[in-house]
Amino acid sequence: MAYSDKVIDHYTHPRNVGTLNKDSNQVGTGLVGAPECGDVMRLQIQVDQNHVITDAKFKTFGCGSAIASSSLATEWLKGKTIDDAMKIDNMDIVEELALPPVKIHCSVLAEDAIKAAINDYRSKNGMQPI
Amino acid sequence: MISLPIYLDNNATTPMDPRVLETMLPYFTAKFGNSASRNHAFGWAAEEAVDYAREQVAGLIGAHEKEIIFTSGATESDNLALKGVFEMYQDKGNHIITCVNEHKAILDACKHLERLGAKVTYLPVQSDGLVNLQQLEAAITEKTILISIMYGNNEIGVIQPVKEIAAIAHKYGALFMTDATQAVGKIPVDVQADGIDLMAFSGHKIYGPKGIGALYVRRKNPRVKVTAQIDGGGHERGMRSGTLNVPGIVGFGKAAELCRLEMEQEAKRLSAMRDRLEKSLLELEESYVNGNVTHRLPHTTNISFKYVEGEGLMMAMKDLAVSSGSACTSASLEPSYVLKNLGLSDDLAHSSIRFGLGRFTTDEEIDFAIEQTKNAVNHLRVLSPLWEMFKDGIDLDKVKWVEH
Repeated sequence: MAYSDKVIDHYTHPRNVGTLNKDSNQVGTGLVGAPECGDVMRLQIQVDQNHVITDAKFKTFGCGSAIASSSLATEWLKGKTIDDAMKIDNMDIVEELALPPVKIHCSVLAEDAIKAAINDYRSKNGMQPI
Repeated sequence: MISLPIYLDNNATTPMDPRVLETMLPYFTAKFGNSASRNHAFGWAAEEAVDYAREQVAGLIGAHEKEIIFTSGATESDNLALKGVFEMYQDKGNHIITCVNEHKAILDACKHLERLGAKVTYLPVQSDGLVNLQQLEAAITEKTILISIMYGNNEIGVIQPVKEIAAIAHKYGALFMTDATQAVGKIPVDVQADGIDLMAFSGHKIYGPKGIGALYVRRKNPRVKVTAQIDGGGHERGMRSGTLNVPGIVGFGKAAELCRLEMEQEAKRLSAMRDRLEKSLLELEESYVNGNVTHRLPHTTNISFKYVEGEGLMMAMKDLAVSSGSACTSASLEPSYVLKNLGLSDDLAHSSIRFGLGRFTTDEEIDFAIEQTKNAVNHLRVLSPLWEMFKDGIDLDKVKWVEH
């Protein structure tokens, strides 16, 4: 199966690889997937007092599409409010990266990771998880 | 100078040896006859070529030429052996013993036979991939007509104790069949010494053409018969009808002869290169060889690089043609059943890469493969949350994962 140029670009030059302090109240962490399924994504957001995401980092165990999906997600998250970030849909990722049908689950995982990270931040700051 | 990409997937298929191609070419054009045409020179020339190739193929495995049935490949040979024996010997019994790590051609043919009333025992393998002989013997019943165990495994290269298995089969009056697709031409295989009654193998795994294979069917002690699965003209002693693929057979014969003459040297060269590759890659932390390393084909190694996923890894090894035990698609998240049957956890199975060296692999290519694989593993470990957790001393088995 051939990968799209955008997948290859994100895979070869992943954006925002790294780790934020998960114990900080300003940081939300989403860890989704499972090693036995061949995909684990960890996505982290740094949020300021206006609920704007100022930084995002990821690490992913998975195929090229999974790595590219999470790399793209970190790019999209920066500068968004957590409410706007919640609206990111997996199909936007599918479209942007031209993922084939067999790789749609990679984008679903990225969406799950975004939501999990936002909800972790919300819980830490006295807001109801969505 | 090496040309990229580098082919290290010789268990999937091999490039054809130029000497094989050269031998085949006249049989597409000038010598195009049908080997069954008994009344003119075109037919005679084709028949003569087929006879010669049959001797060459038989010579590689210590068989008599009359014991070679040409087919379209090992999958057909496996099907003919299993279905043909089941049909021919149904008065004697309906029980077949095979193994969970067989190729799909065997497993799927067995599933088919189960629907037709066969009882099939799928023996487990030990953690090194070998069949347990006591378990095998204990599985035999009065109804057992056939034991089918592969010679060398396609994913991990593990070589089964074929001679011992054949002896057990014969002790109880069962036939012994082996899928030797990966072993023939790579290691010495002798149907007499090994006590093999039926054996499947193919041309394209031994530097010959695709679309040609053979089933060895023992003619004496005991005389084995299989019911034809393709009817129409009674070719191949009535066991496999259809106009013979003369160029394919000629190529298969030449390929077999080259293996017979060069196999010993080639195996030494390949195992030295394979061992060097393996040793270098095992310098990476948390990397493990899958399967028994003593009873193993000389050209194969299967290594798991923990905390990186195989498909993602292969993408970084972009100049290497290898294969992975991982299958990251929504249709199947199941990693290789061969690796899982060794008792590997799913994540280790997802992290595996098979390297299959071949006749045309060079030392320079191995150097390149070592470097690119190491770089790829390191690149992906920087990206891997699992690697980070492992390095932080977190026990991944105790993490509560959110499956999707």
